[in-house]
Amino acid sequence: MSAPDSNIGVTFPRDHRETVGQIEHPNFKIRCRDLNVFYGENQAIFDVSLDIGSNEVIAMIGPSGCGKSTLIRCFNRMNDTINGCRVDGSIEMDGEDVNSNEIDVVLLRARVGMVFQKPNPFPKSIYENVAYGPRIHGLTNGKEELDSAVESSLLRAGLWDEVADRLDEPGTGLSGGQQQRLCIARAISINPEVILMDEPCSALDPIATARIEELIDELKRNYSIAIVTHSMQQAARVSQRTAYFHLGYLIEVGETEKIFTNPSHQLTEDYITGRFG
Amino acid sequence: MNSKDSKDTLRSSAMTANLIKKGLKKRYRTERLFQSIGLIAIILGLAAVLFLFTSIVGKGYGAFQQTYILLTVDFDKDLIDPSGDRDLDSISQANYGVMVKESLRNQFPDAKKRKDKRLVYRLVSSGAVFQLRELVMSNHKVIGQKLDVWVPADDDIDMLIKGHIDRSLPESDRRVSDKQIYFIDKLIQAKRLKKRFNTTFFSAGDSREPELAGIGGAAVGTMFTIFVTLLLAFPLGIFSAIYLEEFAPRNRWTDLIEVNINNLAAVPSIVFGLLGLSVFLNFFHLPRSAPVVGGLVLALMTLPTIIIAGRAALQSVPPSVREAALGIGASAIQTTFHHIVPLAMPGMLTGSIIGMARAIGETAPLLMIGMVAFIVDIPKGFTDPSTVLPVQIFLWLDSPERAFVERSSAAIMVLLTFLILINGLAAVLRRRYERRW
Repeated sequence: MSAPDSNIGVTFPRDHRETVGQIEHPNFKIRCRDLNVFYGENQAIFDVSLDIGSNEVIAMIGPSGCGKSTLIRCFNRMNDTINGCRVDGSIEMDGEDVNSNEIDVVLLRARVGMVFQKPNPFPKSIYENVAYGPRIHGLTNGKEELDSAVESSLLRAGLWDEVADRLDEPGTGLSGGQQQRLCIARAISINPEVILMDEPCSALDPIATARIEELIDELKRNYSIAIVTHSMQQAARVSQRTAYFHLGYLIEVGETEKIFTNPSHQLTEDYITGRFG
Repeated sequence: MNSKDSKDTLRSSAMTANLIKKGLKKRYRTERLFQSIGLIAIILGLAAVLFLFTSIVGKGYGAFQQTYILLTVDFDKDLIDPSGDRDLDSISQANYGVMVKESLRNQFPDAKKRKDKRLVYRLVSSGAVFQLRELVMSNHKVIGQKLDVWVPADDDIDMLIKGHIDRSLPESDRRVSDKQIYFIDKLIQAKRLKKRFNTTFFSAGDSREPELAGIGGAAVGTMFTIFVTLLLAFPLGIFSAIYLEEFAPRNRWTDLIEVNINNLAAVPSIVFGLLGLSVFLNFFHLPRSAPVVGGLVLALMTLPTIIIAGRAALQSVPPSVREAALGIGASAIQTTFHHIVPLAMPGMLTGSIIGMARAIGETAPLLMIGMVAFIVDIPKGFTDPSTVLPVQIFLWLDSPERAFVERSSAAIMVLLTFLILINGLAAVLRRRYERRW
């Protein structure tokens, strides 16, 4: 065993695997219970139970390969696209199990949006990128409504001023930070209820990152946001709750301030003090 | 620290740099060798292509010209339209051969002996008779007039003019006798013998006489056949590729299908001809030698190529596009057709065009379904018996007349030009679509 621990608030040792802290949220949007995820023979997530609250930002932190991305991809069933991925357990949203056969996956993904780690705008014009969602889901009537939907999404994503005069140019011609904001605009164009963000700023410079963090803060007024991040500073800046994962286990969850100043689990303390990860 | 660590730390950066420097020479030498081998390979390949082209063009360019002889023809009214009522039957059945012979006799008054007269008659093509008939049928005004008409010379004369018959050989070794050469020289002096552009080569169908033969029928037959092939193979191939790549489950059956498709792409084309013969002709009783059947056979042959190219193009679309589309709530069909297929389309088109180019040059399967018959008329529809360009070349290469040698080479030039244009189109399309996004 290593040197005696300095933080007297830590009460759970390194080998304790039951989740520490309050997994429930009084006003939950997504309720996940006893989730186990397998990639073929390998198990990636072990008995994870967690609530995502409405209108909150919950950050998921942890070292690489600990299952954070796998977990949020379960919420909008993006893991369906991976061959050999098996999901056991229940994920409840609005009274229905997300994994049941009666659920319409297309509708689910319209209600639970996703922003990926590497910006992936469609190889179409900026306008088309944002207009595609409302168009296929039939959210607008006629060109004027679509135009204003595009404009409002780009405004909320903080991109409108920069692209208003060149909406016909390819989305892939923008800078990295602009592309990611375009992807966020695309995600919010269909007014989802939850936005899942998988390390959205990891490929961006600090200024672009700061703009997106501002944006997340505004977005939480209307949406529930789960953000996976490698940066503890980012988690501390944008989230209300934080969940710490380790090798597929949810180690500790709680208010962001508490997690970063006074964690209860030794592994959490190790991670945030930089002892590993 | 153990001893191994200490050995590594003893080796300084300078020593490492030295070691690397020693190895560099050999590495550069190997690279230069590699580059030279590559360059030599390219040069050899280009030399082979150059040799091929020069030999074909050398043999074939002569075919684009045909020797013509100027005849002064008396369109004798008594011979053509004795009753004077412009009766079409009597006009078409008039004896134009007599007019040709008379014109030749007038040209060479000193050919008195019967043998000499026969030699004179053989100077012009047997098609001159039909040419005169066509002229009168289309323009009744010439009846009763004396006109100068350029008619094609016989193919032996044509070969002599083009220098393929050696004048210095003894007469018994030549197809053109000394007397004929004398007559020809007289025609040349009188400026009644000329080489002109060979439009017959492009407009006429096949013929036993080389000077009357053309690729018109074969070209039209090829167009009809390829149209049917394209119509069947392209949609079927593209949609099969999309289904197999995007929608089909991954199990033993789909693996079996993939293996089979790959195998079919390598099956010798004549096997598809056998299939066409036994199924399309003998079982379904489709018309023999028709572009419909040829197109069906070629479509079956091209389908595996298009499917394989299509799947490769779909696989090359980055998965991030699919994730982005699915993430926004697009259904599987919408993801495929709004996002993936447009990105894969350049590759699909290129593969399909290359497959079609291969089909255009196919001979063996079409021989099996009968597109090898001697067909004189230009086909007018998909069910008319016809032939295709590669088969026409094959037939001409089989013929003994020397004039067919240059015509086959010219036909090969036409086919190659067509293929180069098609492959060029594929390259242009690929470049254009890749530039867009």
